[in-house]
Amino acid sequence: MARNDKRGPATDDTTGHEWDGIREFNNPLPRWWVLTFYATVVWAIVYWVFMPAWPGLTGYTKGLRNHSERANVAADIARLEAARGASIKRLAAVTRVEEVENDPDLLQFTLAAGASIFGDNCATCHGSGGQGFPGYPNLNDDSWLWGGSFADIKQTIRYGIRSGHEKAHVSVMQAFGRDGLLPPETISDLVAHVIRLSGGEADAAAAARAAPVFQQQCAACHGPAGKGDPLQGAPDLTDAIWLYGGDRKSIHTTLTNGRAGVMPAWEGRLTQDQITALAVYVHDLGGGQ
Amino acid sequence: MLDRHKFLEKNSLVLTVAILVTVAVGGAVEIAPLFYLESTIEKVEGVRPYSPLELAGRDIYIREGCYTCHSQQIRPLRDEVERYGHYSLAAESMYDHPFQWGSKRTGPDLARVGGKYSDEWQRQHLIDPRSVVPESVMPPYALLDKNRLAYHDIENKLRALRLEGVPYTDEMIENAKSDLEAQVDPFSADYDALLARYPKAQIRNFDGDSSAVSEMDAMIAYLQVLGTMVDFSTYEAEENYR
Repeated sequence: MARNDKRGPATDDTTGHEWDGIREFNNPLPRWWVLTFYATVVWAIVYWVFMPAWPGLTGYTKGLRNHSERANVAADIARLEAARGASIKRLAAVTRVEEVENDPDLLQFTLAAGASIFGDNCATCHGSGGQGFPGYPNLNDDSWLWGGSFADIKQTIRYGIRSGHEKAHVSVMQAFGRDGLLPPETISDLVAHVIRLSGGEADAAAAARAAPVFQQQCAACHGPAGKGDPLQGAPDLTDAIWLYGGDRKSIHTTLTNGRAGVMPAWEGRLTQDQITALAVYVHDLGGGQ
Repeated sequence: MLDRHKFLEKNSLVLTVAILVTVAVGGAVEIAPLFYLESTIEKVEGVRPYSPLELAGRDIYIREGCYTCHSQQIRPLRDEVERYGHYSLAAESMYDHPFQWGSKRTGPDLARVGGKYSDEWQRQHLIDPRSVVPESVMPPYALLDKNRLAYHDIENKLRALRLEGVPYTDEMIENAKSDLEAQVDPFSADYDALLARYPKAQIRNFDGDSSAVSEMDAMIAYLQVLGTMVDFSTYEAEENYR
């Protein structure tokens, strides 16, 4: 049976409690700890006064500093724009690429901005150096599906290709095989014809058989000589540049299933100045016309 | 101090009441603000519940643990806004249960990935990330392209979310299955009804294969809607500074 401790206050370093012969040491928290704890309590009260803290029925206490992360980031961005100020304003008014290229300072600014925007947004598909991937055009060469002038590039960036934007470029490479537009043997002949167009080696007889079919089915977009048409996004078939591969199998797949690559529209996601900077950057990557 | 404590320790009823009071204060401080969430969620136009297909994609996103490497939260910091776009609003994740803000970015933030890349890119990237981003460390998710989407219980998912407060209507729940199928078929008879129920929903065959609804369809539909619901050209940022 526990015997209640009836002794007076402790005279040694115990609490003075004794239960069943067990006594308890009095081990207070270290002074530095206790003081730190009280300091945090005081800090919390000071914080409530100066910073947003307590929710109320219709809002929250704003604090004396009227702190707002969202206002801060808006101010940060305004400062950034002010720092870029003059150059950005001139970019917005640029209509011809020469205006930028003939001004070394503006060109340097634009290319640096363009490279950064390209890295964040375009490199994922076109590669970090604009070298492209199968299905995503190389931007360093002289071959342009939808035109390589500054204005063409800017239009493509703004509205995209088959992006769903009403001003986007739209054209379709028909699925000649899948949709039954041409019989399989004609498609095989056409593959040979297309390979020979670009200087490759293929069955000459098959290619000759496909020549009239090419004129009938393909020439409307790719041109009678297969040189392509940037107004319709139709690639030049006579060069060695292939968006989806120039081997027999790839060309066969293209003719059978068609192609309709999509580039998103950047209008709205990027500002006009950013789009201009990007267009100058892409134009200067190598192949601008 | 110790002497007064003795009184508490020796009267169990008093101790019980004191514990209740302490816990109640702590609880009130943590719980009460939740009742005033309305004041923290901005009034914005355009945020709607996910369509059934997007919702199915969201479930796959959670199943595959995408949130462990990707955040969905653009913080109000200059460099994030410069890279990813407008900082995320509370309203944009108000129908997310659970929210997908995440806490780690091994991959990039996905809060505004919708519309940034083409469907074909998303498909190719999910099947084999390094085929388009050579330096990527993301694992391949080729199985999404092979798996048919299981959506026999999609109505129940909508019902469960309605219990959580997502404003799915009876009509939406009733038509969940047909809405899901209609979103991958631009020639569906349900096209207009789907758009009326889920304004600005993107309707197309997301994975390029029209023979069946795959998990890839759902996943891409979800990714393509992320961050696209609010029209920031009409959003009044200054009214929502906080």
